Amino acid sequence: MLFILARASLVQHKARTILAVLGVAVAAAMLLDMVMLATGMRESFRELLLSRGFDIRLAPKGTLPFDTDAAIPSVDAITKVLRTNPDIREISPVLGASIHIQAANRDISGSVLGIDPTVQGDYELLSGQDVNQPDAIAVNDHLLNQIRARIGDTLSVATGYDPQTRTYSGQRKLVLTGRVRFLYGATDQSSAAVRRETLEAMRGDAVKDRASLFMIRVRKGADPDRVRDWIETYIPTVSAISISTAIAQVDQRLSYFRQLAFILGAVSLFVGFLLVTTLVTVSVNERSGEIAVMRAIGISRTHIIQQVVIEGVVISVVGALLGLGLGLGTARYLNSILSAFPGLPMAIDFFLFQPQAAWSALGLLVASGIAAGIYPAWRAGSLPISETLRREAIA
Amino acid sequence: MTEPVESTEVHLDRVIVSLRDVRRDYPLGDERVHALQGVSLDVDRGDYVAIVGPSGCGKSTLLNLIGVIDQPTSGTVEVNGKRVDQMGDWQATAFRLRNIGFVFQRFYLMPILSALENVALPMAEAGFTRDEQRERAAQLLSYVGLSHRERHRPSQLSGGEQQRVAIARALANRPGLLLADEPTGELDAQTGAEIISLFQRLNADGATIIVVTHDEDLANAARRKIHMRDGRIVDGAGQP
Repeated sequence: MLFILARASLVQHKARTILAVLGVAVAAAMLLDMVMLATGMRESFRELLLSRGFDIRLAPKGTLPFDTDAAIPSVDAITKVLRTNPDIREISPVLGASIHIQAANRDISGSVLGIDPTVQGDYELLSGQDVNQPDAIAVNDHLLNQIRARIGDTLSVATGYDPQTRTYSGQRKLVLTGRVRFLYGATDQSSAAVRRETLEAMRGDAVKDRASLFMIRVRKGADPDRVRDWIETYIPTVSAISISTAIAQVDQRLSYFRQLAFILGAVSLFVGFLLVTTLVTVSVNERSGEIAVMRAIGISRTHIIQQVVIEGVVISVVGALLGLGLGLGTARYLNSILSAFPGLPMAIDFFLFQPQAAWSALGLLVASGIAAGIYPAWRAGSLPISETLRREAIA
Repeated sequence: MTEPVESTEVHLDRVIVSLRDVRRDYPLGDERVHALQGVSLDVDRGDYVAIVGPSGCGKSTLLNLIGVIDQPTSGTVEVNGKRVDQMGDWQATAFRLRNIGFVFQRFYLMPILSALENVALPMAEAGFTRDEQRERAAQLLSYVGLSHRERHRPSQLSGGEQQRVAIARALANRPGLLLADEPTGELDAQTGAEIISLFQRLNADGATIIVVTHDEDLANAARRKIHMRDGRIVDGAGQP
């Protein structure tokens, strides 16, 4: 009977109930999006770092990978030291540089990574062959579209270009062997990969035995943070960054962003709470005569309170469920816009749906709906029967 | 006015409502309104009493005290053999549910419920099974002449029909006492006459009825008329 009466009250003013449910749905969608946004980048970044199974990155001391043009010297010596640690399984030194490709009488510039294709963790091959030969180059789709080349074409590639004299340095003919997707690259970034020794040869003595970055896989069961500490002790020229330290650094950089998301989420929750409280209070005020009569004919205060709370809960639950769909749709749309932002890795998602976080957020909203029903329920339950009836009679 | 009688079994059995020196004051700003000023009254089981008087004389206040939806400032109120003037909310609600039927001027039916569901509402609260609710609600609607309107909602019923549904609802839990506050106040003369005749039939079938009214026809149909003025019974309290 309680549910029937609660439904009756909600159905009695359909338009108002629908508007309230939509209001709660918008608040729920906003709350969900803020929760997805607050945790999405962090989780997405973590997944990205773990995607190729490398646990530790080494960058020049005091920098982050590819944060500056600085390079790590003595690659061979460092590799030898690293191999003495039995917990280190694979070592992948990476050298970064700029490249210039002459195509259709134009100079097309981009970035290139010098890697060892057997242990690299920077890209995945989409078609063709990896850079197994010294004269091989693999490029991403953005660069491929710019140079208008096909797999098998020979490209004239240089690592330096002087626009005043229009002369190239470190020039070499390379064969385009594959199409690749760089995991950490932005959608609008022109990137290529060659063997590290090829890039060293093209750039000359300046980068001889140097690397921009080391990527390290640890043995299964080994603690990456312990290995990181060991590296920083034995190789003082590098900063060792494990996944946990990288996440901590990302957390630090995104902390204001996350705080903002949490504040907006809390505001959404509060708006939802106020909306339900207002609607149910207005409904109780309008039905004060009806409620007084129900009390007069013997309906208990507890049942009146329960009925009003149910009204708040129904609005909140229906609104929250609608908000779930609305929030996911909005997040998807906003993600597509933000992911296209220049300079961001295309694999990074701003909004990441994590069921537990989503259900917690929606649970919180429903709990606030219950709380929102408490005040009007208390009002309804404590209406003085005879006085209310007298007021109604006069009205 | 009926002389106060010491509580005896015979008295309790015969008298269903007994008020002794009942006062009810309301605060109104800085002043106090004396709605009832020492009212004593006995109503016998099976009686049909009309309380009349000018507006503001305390008729509805008296009815509310008898109906246990208000409490006196002083004095005692006994209904169906129980002191009700100091009952807590929970006790008073349970008492009303089983012992008192209310009929109001504005019907106050639940707009989204059918006539049958409106009548069944107090029975659901009293713990009747769904089948029992349905069966008794149908019987009551038949009694008030609305068996053909069971599925209709209040908005689909005329004023007189709505009031008859409200009367059926008031009878749902077989109360010992039926209280009505201006039951014909919102009805035209013809429909009002139908309600008057329904009250007479109910009384003839054994129901104790107390009505508060300005309607002379309704008051004249009662077996006993009590006149009130300025919070006091001025005439009729002594007529058994």
